[in-house]
Amino acid sequence: MADAHSAQVQTKYAGLAHQFEDLAQQHDADTLGIWVFLVTEIMFFGGVFAAYAIFRWLYFAAFAGGSHLLDIRLGAINTVVLLGSSLTMALSVRSAQVGNRRALVLFLVLTMILGGAFLGVKAYEYHQKFVEHIVPSLEWAPEGDVLARLAPGGLDHAQLYFFFYFAMTGLHALHMIIGIGLLLWLVLRARKGSFTPDYFAPVEVVGLYWHFVDIVWIFLFPLLYLIGGRY
Amino acid sequence: MSHQIVPVKTYIVVFAGLIGLTLLTTGVAFIDLGAFNTVVALVIAFCKMLLVIFFFMHLRHSGGLVRVVLLAGFFWLALLISLTMSDYRTRSWTPTPDAWSTTAPPTHP
Repeated sequence: MADAHSAQVQTKYAGLAHQFEDLAQQHDADTLGIWVFLVTEIMFFGGVFAAYAIFRWLYFAAFAGGSHLLDIRLGAINTVVLLGSSLTMALSVRSAQVGNRRALVLFLVLTMILGGAFLGVKAYEYHQKFVEHIVPSLEWAPEGDVLARLAPGGLDHAQLYFFFYFAMTGLHALHMIIGIGLLLWLVLRARKGSFTPDYFAPVEVVGLYWHFVDIVWIFLFPLLYLIGGRY
Repeated sequence: MSHQIVPVKTYIVVFAGLIGLTLLTTGVAFIDLGAFNTVVALVIAFCKMLLVIFFFMHLRHSGGLVRVVLLAGFFWLALLISLTMSDYRTRSWTPTPDAWSTTAPPTHP
């Protein structure tokens, strides 16, 4: 009898796990779970941000000198690209809510493309750092104009700035790569029609993660690219 | 099910606001405001974060439990940064006894 009942529930609510009463309860548990995870992520990134705050305060001149070597236009363009991907992600969730499968797949793919574009620009910026010999430890030999920019703040402290630059943007990029993987998984499921206006929690959960990664970049852009102004 | 379906127009307007704030923070970096450059940049970033959280992440339509969880996260982050900085920033307030100084090793007669 119990099996017959659960089979009935399963057909009535596709996607309902057996431990939940109904899809609304499952959806609440899913979103609360991802929010708790995001709080742990806040603390994870928070540790790096706190260390950054200390050393930026201690060696401000070196951090400003390093910051001036970053391309502010590429940083701003990447911010717009990432904000655009958040828009398409929000529209993905909305498409799932209204049950438009074609739009859902379209917006998920668009989000992946914009995320990929962000990583492409980031890769180009990393490449530039190797060309300018300002990659800490691996390729650290600033010369010419670059050296003149970094010398006033002290080269060791400038190297510390670039350690923070690579650690913070690298951690962020790792989260983006994981996010793109999750989006691919969503696209495959969406194409099979797994999501309905009653069951779209995976889209919502991945969306919340994606927006969180966007927020991290919203803070990284001014903190890494805009130190000490450009006037 | 109580899922609020937000009009597409709302998302577009929020996105336009986020782009506007990005241009603003980039533009302000070229104006000399002294120490306020950092303050302005962080305030703008905070506003952008609120837009993303309330509209894109649907906190506007979320229950109290989610809000409490998020507030707890921000509270702990504020503790982490403010207590750490208050330590570093006040270390120079009290003089270091000469005997502790590491720059000039004590000489033994």
